[in-house]
Amino acid sequence: MDHRPQNWGRPRDDVYGAYDGSYLQSSGPKQATQSPIVTGTSVIALKFKDGVVMAADNLASYGSLARFTDVPRLRSFAETSVIGFGGDVSDMQYLNRHLTDLSIDEAYAAPSSTDTTTSPGAGTLNAANLHKYLQKLLYSRRNNFDPLWNQILVAGLDSSEAPFLASVDMRGTAFTSPSLATGFGAALAQPIMRRYAETDEQAAQLSREEAVKIIKECMKVLYYRDARSLDKYSLAVVTKAGVEISEDEQLEQQSWAFAERIKGYGTQTV
Amino acid sequence: MFRNNYDNDSVTFSPQGRIFQVEYAAEAVKQGSVVVGIASKTHAVLVAIKRNAEELSSYQKKLFPIDEHVGIAIAGLTSDARVLSNFMKQQCLAHRLTYGRDMPVRSLIDLIGDKAQVNTQHLGKRPYGVGLLVAGVDERGGPHLFEFQPSGMTEEMVAFAIGARSQMARTYLEKNVEKFAECGREELIAHGLKALKESLVQDRELTVENTSVGVVGVTGEGAKRVVEPFKVFDGQDVAAWIEAVADDKEGGDDAEAEAGGDAPAPAGETMEVDE
Amino acid sequence: MAMFSQNPLMNGPNYSFNEAPRVNAPEGARQHRFDPYTDNGGSTLAIAGADFAIMAGDTRLTSGYSINSRYHPKVFKIGGTTADQKDATLVLSVVGFMADGEALKEKLDSICKMYRYRHGKAMSVEACARRLSIILYQKRFFPYYAYAILGGLDEQGKGAVYSYDPVGSYEREQCRAGGAAASLIMPFLDNQVNFKNQYEPGSGEGHALQERERRPLTRAEVEILVKDAFDGAVERHIEVGDGLQMMVVTATGIEEIYLPLKKD
Repeated sequence: MDHRPQNWGRPRDDVYGAYDGSYLQSSGPKQATQSPIVTGTSVIALKFKDGVVMAADNLASYGSLARFTDVPRLRSFAETSVIGFGGDVSDMQYLNRHLTDLSIDEAYAAPSSTDTTTSPGAGTLNAANLHKYLQKLLYSRRNNFDPLWNQILVAGLDSSEAPFLASVDMRGTAFTSPSLATGFGAALAQPIMRRYAETDEQAAQLSREEAVKIIKECMKVLYYRDARSLDKYSLAVVTKAGVEISEDEQLEQQSWAFAERIKGYGTQTV
Repeated sequence: MFRNNYDNDSVTFSPQGRIFQVEYAAEAVKQGSVVVGIASKTHAVLVAIKRNAEELSSYQKKLFPIDEHVGIAIAGLTSDARVLSNFMKQQCLAHRLTYGRDMPVRSLIDLIGDKAQVNTQHLGKRPYGVGLLVAGVDERGGPHLFEFQPSGMTEEMVAFAIGARSQMARTYLEKNVEKFAECGREELIAHGLKALKESLVQDRELTVENTSVGVVGVTGEGAKRVVEPFKVFDGQDVAAWIEAVADDKEGGDDAEAEAGGDAPAPAGETMEVDE
Repeated sequence: MAMFSQNPLMNGPNYSFNEAPRVNAPEGARQHRFDPYTDNGGSTLAIAGADFAIMAGDTRLTSGYSINSRYHPKVFKIGGTTADQKDATLVLSVVGFMADGEALKEKLDSICKMYRYRHGKAMSVEACARRLSIILYQKRFFPYYAYAILGGLDEQGKGAVYSYDPVGSYEREQCRAGGAAASLIMPFLDNQVNFKNQYEPGSGEGHALQERERRPLTRAEVEILVKDAFDGAVERHIEVGDGLQMMVVTATGIEEIYLPLKKD
């Protein structure tokens, strides 16, 4: 029995080895994020006729632990764009603060803050501009070997007011597509979304209701099959009129009947 | 030798609260040949008189493209203008690279304003000896025209003229200021050239050799927005425009033409201490 | 045993975790090292003709087995006066790690724009080719992981293609394939563009064999050749497909052609 109070409640050294305190070292050379700690899983998004729908669940995992269950991972920017974050949550929060600063600077400079005749966000950064900016930011961080451990989706309208959806990852790789998904979503949700919107032309045929329905269906599939997911999620719709984000969506009409036949889901042992 | 004891550097105020070095720099602007700028709802134009040092030499350039949506007209030290022009070009490129859009003209002007102001507050530095008219378009209200002075003062203008004898051009612009907003591209250029003519000395004329015209424009909004990139026209390209404003004498406002040099320059005003 | 030694420093955490002994691993071994590179697949191809140059690339962007995008161009116009590159005279294709490839493209484009601003004329393909080599070598110890090909018309108006490795070695060639399916396309090009291993029928055996006479290909022939090369690559390489983007540089300007490829 170790009687010293500072050791009470701690993993036993003889069983687990001494605690590796180097994680907490604050002196020495500057440490960049070498691996994500608290993470968010998939973000999915789909273009439709007049805009884009995006969704991500509200879970921040600590490894396999469902650590924080009320962390929205979608945010709006300047009433014109939606940004969804997958990957490290602290890096997401850093970017969130940074983007808030940027949007305040932009709002001061743009005339639309005082002129109500123009559409929201006119003269300020649109989604395409914002995506370009984030790509440069993440790419320069990777060049300094200090990456922001995220994959980000940016949705909104471009300069010709067409729906815009693009992704950028921790290495600065950027691309656009009628539908996009990060993490597990790329394997589980993307095939479902592509069934409805393989091309921009097909996406332009989708109504808002159809797009929301497809996204909700994808969120359900993700919850069934992604162990780091949650049935509480955020849903955002961005159109010319602006951004609507709902942060307390609940997955409806779940059916786990399929699980009974699958080893690992239920109580089967063989 | 010196006008007084307070003009040896740009960090010392005179007892009257003036900084003479900065005011002298503003005088350098008045040595340059005249440039005129006008903005309407769809276009911004710059027109300029080019000077040649002697009959056999070429003419000094007055208009410079900065980026596809911005151009400048200079009056004063050309070499100082080149420094500013290079800087502006780099900033526009960097902005386009970072955000994928035209740099808002106001942001660009603020940058050179700050840059010029630093030169008026540090020992061993010299204010820029050049004034600029900056014409550009952006998504923040279409075409813009800005004035820049060596003091670091920048101001958005409907129409303006700087350089030698520019007061006459300004008088013309003030008379016609109400018309500019609704002017089309050609009308605006015509107004610019008429204003320029006002500032010419007695026996000089606008010629294809000495006249420069720069135009930038934008039509439509949102999806239908089309930008006419800033372009400088010289030589035979300006012949038709000069022809169009030749000797129609509709202005006839010689009566109130003042001597340009004596009028208080805007730069001087801004450097004075408010009371 | 150690836990009874009563020596906190040797035996486990003290009042501060900072004083805990380090684990017996070399410094940094615990850490998962960040890999700054990925391969985004895809393939490019360039062929120089007598008075034209054709640059081509597929439009698929992958990471691992995932298709990130079915339309992500690898071929770019360079050095126009405006952002839409309407008056550009050069074409650059990049393949490999796309973030590096695009950074390289934007850097070269800025340099061409500054050159035009300073000199009042467009950069020649020869000058641009050398400059690109220098840009690549400047990052010799943290390279742009991209295989670049630059195309244009030389001062005589002949088609010019310059190919590069990621650290800036370059040479002017008649044709070059780059990227994932380079090893599939290049032998086909050797045979079809440079007429390698083609002989006059019945001209003899061994040293008596006569090579087929080489002639420059016409633009129509080259366009078909490019499509055939990519159709072949799509069949045999999973990272190539979706669409084929071609830029044809001629004296009158750059023409862009898009053709569909198999999406499987």
